[in-house]
Amino acid sequence: MTIIESPVQVAQQRERELPPPEQREVVFDVSGLTVRYGDNPALKDVSLEVYRNFVTAFIGPSGCGKSTFIRCFNRMNDLIPSAAVEGTILYHGEDLYAPAVDAVEVRKRIGMVFQKPNPFPKSIHANVAFGPRVLGMTDDLDGRVERALQQAALWDEVKDRLDESALSLSGGQQQRLCIARCLAVEPDVLLMDEPASALDPISTTRIEDLMHELKREYTIVIVTHNMQQAARIADMTAFFSVQIEDGRRSGILVEYDATPTIFTKPADKRTEDYVTGRFG
Amino acid sequence: MIKGALFGCALVSVATTVGIVIALFLPAFEFFQEVSFLDYITGTEWAPLFLQASFGVIPLIVGTISVTIWASLIAIPLGLGSAIFLSEYARPRVRATLKPALELLAGVPTVVYGYFALTWVTPHLKDLGLGVGVFNALSAGLVMGVMIIPTVASLSEDAMSAVPRDLRYGAYALGSSKLQVSTRIVVPAAVSGIVAAFVLGISRAIGETMIVLLAAGQQPTLSFDPRQAVETMSAFIAATGAGDVPTGSTEYKTIFAVGATLFVMTLILNFFSIRLVRKYREVYE
Amino acid sequence: MSAASLSTGRRRGVWRGRIFVGLLLLSMAVGFLALGTLCVDVLQKGLAYFDSVLLTNGPSSDPDIAGARPAILATLYLGVLLILFTVPIGVGTAIYLEEYADRHRWPNRLLELNIQNLAAVPSIVYGILGLAFLVRGLGLGRVLLAGALILTLLVLPTVIIAAREAIRAVPSSIREGAYALGATQWQVVSRQVLPAAIPGIATGSILALARAIGETAPLILIGALTFISFNPTVMGPFTALPVQIYNWTKLPDEKFKALAAAAIIVLLIMVLLLNAGAIWLRNRYQKRW
Repeated sequence: MTIIESPVQVAQQRERELPPPEQREVVFDVSGLTVRYGDNPALKDVSLEVYRNFVTAFIGPSGCGKSTFIRCFNRMNDLIPSAAVEGTILYHGEDLYAPAVDAVEVRKRIGMVFQKPNPFPKSIHANVAFGPRVLGMTDDLDGRVERALQQAALWDEVKDRLDESALSLSGGQQQRLCIARCLAVEPDVLLMDEPASALDPISTTRIEDLMHELKREYTIVIVTHNMQQAARIADMTAFFSVQIEDGRRSGILVEYDATPTIFTKPADKRTEDYVTGRFG
Repeated sequence: MIKGALFGCALVSVATTVGIVIALFLPAFEFFQEVSFLDYITGTEWAPLFLQASFGVIPLIVGTISVTIWASLIAIPLGLGSAIFLSEYARPRVRATLKPALELLAGVPTVVYGYFALTWVTPHLKDLGLGVGVFNALSAGLVMGVMIIPTVASLSEDAMSAVPRDLRYGAYALGSSKLQVSTRIVVPAAVSGIVAAFVLGISRAIGETMIVLLAAGQQPTLSFDPRQAVETMSAFIAATGAGDVPTGSTEYKTIFAVGATLFVMTLILNFFSIRLVRKYREVYE
Repeated sequence: MSAASLSTGRRRGVWRGRIFVGLLLLSMAVGFLALGTLCVDVLQKGLAYFDSVLLTNGPSSDPDIAGARPAILATLYLGVLLILFTVPIGVGTAIYLEEYADRHRWPNRLLELNIQNLAAVPSIVYGILGLAFLVRGLGLGRVLLAGALILTLLVLPTVIIAAREAIRAVPSSIREGAYALGATQWQVVSRQVLPAAIPGIATGSILALARAIGETAPLILIGALTFISFNPTVMGPFTALPVQIYNWTKLPDEKFKALAAAAIIVLLIMVLLLNAGAIWLRNRYQKRW
């Protein structure tokens, strides 16, 4: 008996019942996506599909462009002046980067949780209510706040102190608060960029359990460097790696498949090397 | 030994403060032996050089506050606006050029601002039909406000830049516009630094001398009407100190009494400002 | 959830955002507009009198032959004395605070607080200090040296703060390397830290100088006189350029106001040159550690 299970073992133990390909609804259809910062291609020619109510994980060594990739889904790369995006991402069939598209509308539907919890220096209530307020969803604000906190499994812990500063919460609680903040605007998709990497193991488990719950209603995309985590919670896993061309490092998508496949019978040797721990 | 010499250098600043305190409060104390402190602090007539002298300092304080109000009305909104622009909207290269350019405003000698207030602003205010006198509080206040903009802008911008980027990203990810991020996240998060900037600006306005000496006049007026001439505390000190008042007389000691009053006021404001800056530095650094 | 299109064409938000940016730009513009107007006005009024007469003659009751030579010379002397006094004391204090003093002991923290406070004391209070101690107390009289000393005390906090930042910016690896070779603290400071900090110190000192030569109130209080027709000496009565400007501006004759404008041009050129020099110095020697 090993104390630390390898991701392979974890994946083997799970009973996956993924709906067959015909029944999967495509939320994101990515084709030929390349992202450059200035001249450097951080990510080259990525194509994959993200399915509804799935948890999709992006794994890979550091510097392979996973975070850059996930930021494309809610157009957060717009905020970086040197970033240029080529290729297409279709969201329910609509081109995310079409000129007429309103980035605010995109972010309303596609929310994001960050690696380090970033609650605003305001009260717990004000944090969760912030999204609805800026988007004009001010009807039944208290109700929205309560529902969001319930969905994030935080309500019971904070219901008596909604007016206290969000900074008084523990790390794990703050991250669930950030999740509640996203949920309050009733998104369609939740993007999570290493949401538990700054947390202790117990909080991490709670966040992972939360993701199991949330995927019933939402579509979740998560970046993680923790392979066990991907093996535990992801339905589909995409493995990214670094490619060196002309002295430049760029990220590429190596393999994308159902999680058990990636961890037990990967098609690409690079994937196999990574998930068995031979490198990365 | 070397440490001693260096410590000696440091003592110069201590000596300065001690010197200021002695220079102000010793004669002020003597002054208040001759003139009742209550009369001074509550009296509404300031005529120290008359035969029937009266030493109520309130007109000087009113004059100072009157000018300060106008200066603040200019410096606070424009300073904050400039700071928000520099911190949230300007691209790094634009910011690198504009921020020092703004400091130019603070580098112009105050006597030049005073000249401008007297010879350009006042005549133009008259042309606007506002009915201002040759010496008036408004011209001085407006020009002083412009001079203080960099003080307010610089400290506010420092406070806003200290707000971590993560907070902005979190707000953008929820669908905020830039306006919302700036006004609902950044400014509230930086508020103690911004208030410190305001307080420092006000403190500078209270202590400023040349602009009021040239443009606001030397008539202690108990009125907040900006069109009239006023005398501020600093203007009184400058005018009297430069004059031929005999050393040791009561009139001479008014310089120190008023100086002490001015010093205490700015000391309190500066103290608040420093405390507030420390508060926001603790949170973010 | 995905029924509505992503292109909503939000009108209201966009316009509000644009108006906001417009207001912000306006905030920035007002200051520059005012400065521009000031410069144009001063040039318009003063150019006629901006000639060699201004620079070579002494003051006179006849505006057509009046000049500011004694005032300009005095300002130059004040500047030189200022640098001579401020830099050693300011840098010495900065070295003490950064390299020798234990930050946690309360006397040193009080020292820091004291300097921060002195930086914000109104300049006229320094004038009172000068009046009480130097002129009438020490009996120096209304002399140039007194003016230089008071200006020194006035800008000393600024120089100390600038020097501290310059010293602080020197990375500790430089110090550690020198200590590891067996250098004493003073050797490390004088041979490694100070030379690296010189550009920052120089920039700060020049900026302080630029500020000091524009100061008027303290000089008025310690008795910079109205009418000096002879060249100033260190221990003699004096006037200074900003004081001369003040005196001329006060006179009712419009010609003297024009003369004041010309003198302002001279003063602004001096201040501009000093500021430009400081900025050039900073850019040229800015080390990226």
